[in-house]
Amino acid sequence: MTILDSPPITAASKIFNFPRNAWYVAAWDHEVTAKQPLARTIAGVPLALWRNSDGRAVALADACWHRLAPLSKGTVLGDEIQCPYHGLRYNSAGRCTSMPAQETINPSAIVPSYPVVERYRYVWVWVGDPDLADPAAVPDMHQMDSPDWAGDGETIYAPCNYQLVLDNLMDLTHEEFVHSSSIGQDELSEAEFEVSHDDRHVTVTRWMRDIDAPPFWLKNMRDKFPGFSGKVDRWQIIHFEAPSTICIDVGVAKAGTGAPEGDRSQGVNGFVMNTITPETARTSHYFWAFMRNYRLESQTITTQLRQGVHGVFGEDEDMLAAQQRAIDANPDHEFYSLNIDAGGMWVRRILDRMLQAEGLPAAAAAK
Amino acid sequence: MAVNTQTWWQQGRVVETSDLAEGVRRVVLAPDRPVHAAPGTHVDLRLDLAGHVRKRSYSVVRSEDGGRRLTLGVQLAPSSRGGSRHMHGLAPGDVVEMTGPVQSFPLGVGADRYVLVAGGIGVTALVAMADALRRRGADYTLVLAGRRRAVMAYLGELVEVHGDRVRVFVDDEDVRLDVAELVGEIAGSPAAARTEMYMCGPIRLMDAIRRAWVSHELPEPNLRFETFGSSGAWAAEDFVVHLPQLDRSVRVGKDSSMLDALEDAGVDVMWDCRKGECGICQVKVLDVSGRIDHRDVFLSQQQKETYASLCLCVARAARGDSADADAAEPAAVTLHLP
Ligand code: FES
Ligand code: FES
Ligand SMILES: [Fe+2]
Repeated sequence: MTILDSPPITAASKIFNFPRNAWYVAAWDHEVTAKQPLARTIAGVPLALWRNSDGRAVALADACWHRLAPLSKGTVLGDEIQCPYHGLRYNSAGRCTSMPAQETINPSAIVPSYPVVERYRYVWVWVGDPDLADPAAVPDMHQMDSPDWAGDGETIYAPCNYQLVLDNLMDLTHEEFVHSSSIGQDELSEAEFEVSHDDRHVTVTRWMRDIDAPPFWLKNMRDKFPGFSGKVDRWQIIHFEAPSTICIDVGVAKAGTGAPEGDRSQGVNGFVMNTITPETARTSHYFWAFMRNYRLESQTITTQLRQGVHGVFGEDEDMLAAQQRAIDANPDHEFYSLNIDAGGMWVRRILDRMLQAEGLPAAAAAK
Repeated sequence: MAVNTQTWWQQGRVVETSDLAEGVRRVVLAPDRPVHAAPGTHVDLRLDLAGHVRKRSYSVVRSEDGGRRLTLGVQLAPSSRGGSRHMHGLAPGDVVEMTGPVQSFPLGVGADRYVLVAGGIGVTALVAMADALRRRGADYTLVLAGRRRAVMAYLGELVEVHGDRVRVFVDDEDVRLDVAELVGEIAGSPAAARTEMYMCGPIRLMDAIRRAWVSHELPEPNLRFETFGSSGAWAAEDFVVHLPQLDRSVRVGKDSSMLDALEDAGVDVMWDCRKGECGICQVKVLDVSGRIDHRDVFLSQQQKETYASLCLCVARAARGDSADADAAEPAAVTLHLP
């Protein structure tokens, strides 16, 4: 528990603002290259992402100092990027290094450069106060590049406020209704859950004992235990880390073999890795991956899991887009909460405090 | 690194004034629409100087309380363009027209070492940078150079806060800044290529540093500087501009820039930055009587030496070192204004 130093706020803003002083994933590592700059807007800031000759990822504002032409349409030349319009060049710090039509360089010619960290197969950027950009604050997603885990993922371009995605992941009872053909089952809504938190993390834990495995999990059990049939104990442990990373420890084990007590050897375990980057108030980059800690050698299983989760998340994407449309079509209607929203509401409170600390309102400005 | 080049005008109330050093006044402003001013930012003020509205730039020494208190340090310069005299006359309660913080001298992140070089009143641009570097725990050196201790603003405070990281050079104590030694030491250090220098001061000092920097083949983008075109090789004096195509001659007072004087005389000239950086106001020189004090950072050294053109916003004509102060004839330039 944290001690309250300010009164709690009922934070049910529908278009939630986003903290600027935070690391957000801008891209998968392989998307940022020395060949062609990548244009992507992160937390409201349009960026040109590229790699210099050391292979280091660079994030510059995607607007030339001169007439604001997008640098992402320009050319990477070793350690510099050249504006596509009148040929000004910038180094990775955003400083102009060449003005082709004159003998000197205007000392004011600079484009903003943002701190970048590469970790867990992602390129993270910080668009807030650069003096606060501590690489140690990158959210923990270590399963992404650990030798004990294997898997892969994709990016969803979600046409909704990032908070709707966080809500979606913090409460998994929706699986019963949205994902009934793959991972949904009645026991999800019935099972008790527990919520704990500190000032950066929220954890929601749910165990379902002695149940039938839904199709997705039955297949995974049979990948590890060929021919398996019978009851399982199923878990979902949702780990949120501020501002927008959610790693969900999921799995099933043969019923009664001690998984709830810590022995998962008779089961299969995955981590659904999610990190949501606000693009604008109403659009998000949703990076996900499914990592597993069994049959690490099998590319077939990696591909099948990626495709399986792709299908499941496609169902979420449709729901989130429809929800955002309904929110926008009903501007006078409020959000109300159910008991299942406890995890999501703790997330809101943490974000609310981060926004307060930055002097930003909880509701994003209408755009 | 945030770069804000957007200018919008607002009112600022003077909330405090005091003396920082001989001839240096501290002015604290409370803007209408406060925005935190990052290290390296300046504000532009619109001043009514003898019936003419003039824009003057001042570095933000310190931004407190989310930009609700912005401290400026203003040197009363006899050769200034009149703005400093006005600023020294401000008292609490006075209201000025000002921009929000404008950033064209941002402090970078990630260098191995930072060297800040302040000449005279240039220290006002570097105080906030030094504070930021100290908070970051960065490796930095603060070089303070001045003519006399009594005129060096913030000297005592900076020495107290930054201790061993400060190096002080005072001309009249015969402890002079040796540019060759300073730059040579950087060039010889293992962090040479990853050292950034930020300088603000008289243009002669900055030119000398730039030449040393280039001759040591240090990376040019790592040398950062800011100038408001307000210092030159000679003190500002009155001079005359001849414009044969317009059949006019205009006198430029020592408190006025050539660009201001031409505009006041109704001559339509093009400009953008008004601080000697962009080169938009560049015109060809047809003739000079005396010397040209260029004061810009747009023309190359070679272009300056040939006297072929000048930047109207900052350049001046001067009688030069040998001038007899009482000589009746002012310096003059003849410009090509088609
Ligand atoms: S817009 Fe980039 S060089 Fe002109
Ligand atoms: S107006 Fe930019 S150099 Fe004179
Ligand atoms: Fe879902």
